[in-house]
Amino acid sequence: MQGTYQDDFNQTFRESLEKNASEDIREKLITTALFCCALISVFTTFGIVFIIFQVTFEFFQEVSLAQFFLDTKWTPLFAERHFGVWPLICGTFLTTLVAMSVAIPLGLSSAIYLSEYAPPKVATILRPAVELLAGIPTVVYGYFALLFVTPFLRSFLPLEIFNALSAGIMMGIMITPTVGSISLDAIKAVPRSLREGAYALGITKLESIFKVVLPAALSGITASIILGISRAVGETMTVVIAAGQQPRLTVNLMESVGTMTAYMAQISGGDSPRGSLNFKTLYAVGAVLFIITLLLNIVSYWISRRFKEKYD
Amino acid sequence: MTYSNARSTQSNTTLSQYDTRVFNLEGVKVFYNGFLALQDVYMEIPDKQIIAFIGPSGCGKSTLLRCFNRMNDLIPGAKVEGKLNYRGRNIHDSNINSVKLRRQVGMVFQRPNPFPKSIYENITFGPRSNGYKGNLDELVETSLKRAAIWNEVKDKLKSKGTALSGGQQQRLCIARAIAMKPDVLLMDEPCSALDPISTRQVEELCLELKEQYTIIMVTHNMQQASRVADQTAFFNTETDKNGKRYGRLVEFSPTKQIFEAPKTPEAAEYISGRFG
Amino acid sequence: MTTYKQNEFQNTNTEFTDNIEKRETLGKVFEYIFLLGLLIGLFVLALLVFDISKDGLARFVTPGFLTETPSRFPEEGGIRPAIIGSLLLGIIVILTAVPIGVGAALYLEEYAPKAWWTSVIEINISNLAGVPSIVYGLLGLGVFNYLLGFGPSLISGALTLSLLSLPVIIVTAREAIRSVPDSLRNASYGLGVTKWQTIRSHVLPYAIPGILTGVIISVSRAIGDAACLLVVGAVSFLTFDPGLFQRFMALPIQVFSYITRPEPGFGNAAAATIITLILLILALNGIAIYIRQRFTLN
Repeated sequence: MQGTYQDDFNQTFRESLEKNASEDIREKLITTALFCCALISVFTTFGIVFIIFQVTFEFFQEVSLAQFFLDTKWTPLFAERHFGVWPLICGTFLTTLVAMSVAIPLGLSSAIYLSEYAPPKVATILRPAVELLAGIPTVVYGYFALLFVTPFLRSFLPLEIFNALSAGIMMGIMITPTVGSISLDAIKAVPRSLREGAYALGITKLESIFKVVLPAALSGITASIILGISRAVGETMTVVIAAGQQPRLTVNLMESVGTMTAYMAQISGGDSPRGSLNFKTLYAVGAVLFIITLLLNIVSYWISRRFKEKYD
Repeated sequence: MTYSNARSTQSNTTLSQYDTRVFNLEGVKVFYNGFLALQDVYMEIPDKQIIAFIGPSGCGKSTLLRCFNRMNDLIPGAKVEGKLNYRGRNIHDSNINSVKLRRQVGMVFQRPNPFPKSIYENITFGPRSNGYKGNLDELVETSLKRAAIWNEVKDKLKSKGTALSGGQQQRLCIARAIAMKPDVLLMDEPCSALDPISTRQVEELCLELKEQYTIIMVTHNMQQASRVADQTAFFNTETDKNGKRYGRLVEFSPTKQIFEAPKTPEAAEYISGRFG
Repeated sequence: MTTYKQNEFQNTNTEFTDNIEKRETLGKVFEYIFLLGLLIGLFVLALLVFDISKDGLARFVTPGFLTETPSRFPEEGGIRPAIIGSLLLGIIVILTAVPIGVGAALYLEEYAPKAWWTSVIEINISNLAGVPSIVYGLLGLGVFNYLLGFGPSLISGALTLSLLSLPVIIVTAREAIRSVPDSLRNASYGLGVTKWQTIRSHVLPYAIPGILTGVIISVSRAIGDAACLLVVGAVSFLTFDPGLFQRFMALPIQVFSYITRPEPGFGNAAAATIITLILLILALNGIAIYIRQRFTLN
């Protein structure tokens, strides 16, 4: 009888070690559910690529690649239809150029001042204040560009009501925190020992910034700039509201231009029926936009990876 | 019991041989954020010798070293009081420019910190920023030779300074410092991050360099001090009535004397290894 | 014993030029230039706030602005459909993007093995974070409007915004989960507790403040976004409160629609709508920060 008691005891002990079937199933279900959540990102990318390029493919059945890349006018909605994409790219390029001319100096200045000159208490207040600029909805920047900046600039510049300059300036302000924040982190990551080594040789603070700190932080700063460019290229509302919708090949900032994003917004809000060629232009331009921003993001990611390796 | 001892233990024989004093400290104190870190120091640093600062951690030796070239200015909350004269001039005087001071009083740090630039650019950086009028190639060669590293790097001057080994990097930093043709070389535990062979190389280098430069070296390695230093200053920590620790100079004597027959019992205890 | 009585340091070398004062003056000049750069951005921010308040406050406080439906005249009517639209969008985004995003982050941090497909997922997420909002609109148009047949309705817009918000939520949630100390997990496993129980009872609560930060940033951006909604088919004039499967309106779209009308008075209405939008975002931030505080104290 003792034998059976002992056997029972061992049995119970063994059973408590063995896996609980229902608990197991529950864990497996949860793992699968979480895995599906992660997969959604893959499906999203796949969806974007598939949808965009499927319709773009259809588009190129009707419009040749030569027309798209060699024509210099973009007038799909006019009687005389042209499908050259360069005016759109030019518009995007111009506004981005203006934006970066604002964002790079302001962003870098902020980063340098906050990390090298500002007392810590001041820095903790000012840094979030600058980051606020990134949180303002982009329609607000469009509003400000059209109804404040443009009238103001027109008082001494021959500006059209819709122009690349105002839109570009406000986009630049919007992107300043992107450039500034990542650059600030890059500058802060420069080891103190490097700065001390420089000072001990008898140089001024400014020289240490330009000759030692900034060169050491260069990859991070470059990554931030490229990221800023990517955001400027993809920005829609500011340019739709303030830059106009007249795609043309020009370098004149005072005129209205049409960016890729503005055109896409215009077509979406219009009456083009779904299967029409005009509608398909939406996807073709979207494809170009997607490829450009993708390339920029990849380059930025690659550069910042290199910078992280340096200080491991 | 405190500073007066230090003053009196500084031997007079050394001073009479050399009539120059490079540094003269009178009552130098350092505070970090209002807390005393180093109590009144009185000392005279003679020319063309190697002076070692030894003592347990937290005793203020690195803090004092950083006073000589006003590197403490770069630490927010650090305050230096007292009179610190360099060749007769108080370096905290308002007309003294700290950048100029650092041209003459160079520094080598505990962990080698070459710039992520080429070896050539590391050496020329300081001189070029200060408008060096001579031949840069010659300067590079001379400095690297004096730092006993020329033969190892002469074929790869364009390669990155950070790609060298630890010992080579430190000798590169020494070369970089002496390219500025300083008067004094401050060295903050220059060998603590190096292996024994590189340590030996740097020590031999210092013995050669002292013919041209006054060298003040902080070290936590007593044997190193006994090997290279002409005079040794021993610092120790004390606790005040609030329980806060601060450092002070206990004894400053010729090396031979401090290691064989120290004047103060504290130094004797430290040397014989009972603590620290 | 000789002492040196010099006005200058003994200049042992004449090979360096003596231009330190000039270099330091230049340094001072640049310090002010850098400060100026910092202040310009802040100045524009202040200018923006001032200008919008000036243009919009009067219209904002007129009775009925928040409670009535829009009229053809800018001084009359209100923006209620847009407010309801934005609220609904925000709620749906939170209800969909947060669980999926946190779930994905949990998977990547707690379960995923170091296989090639894990890297693929990670690369995907960081790429998606950089895709412009209008491209998400194209995706939403194809998938939600047409493929799933929801048409240009509020649910399509909300789901598109969800997809837009996912990458940022996932990235910040991952960092929050990663910062949970392993000792906490080990203590729980050591007691014989399953993985999911450990996550639910220990890891998640610890990580919630960090996760909430990402949620705040994401959802604020989603509420302020108009580009993808334009593509999905938001209308610019709506006279009824939008339901899930109906045509819809949102505050940023309302701003856009007012701005594009040149008649006077619409500018003020636009500014007033902006004020509403900002207040909504601030309220959202406030609630989230409050929740985060509660969780950090516990």
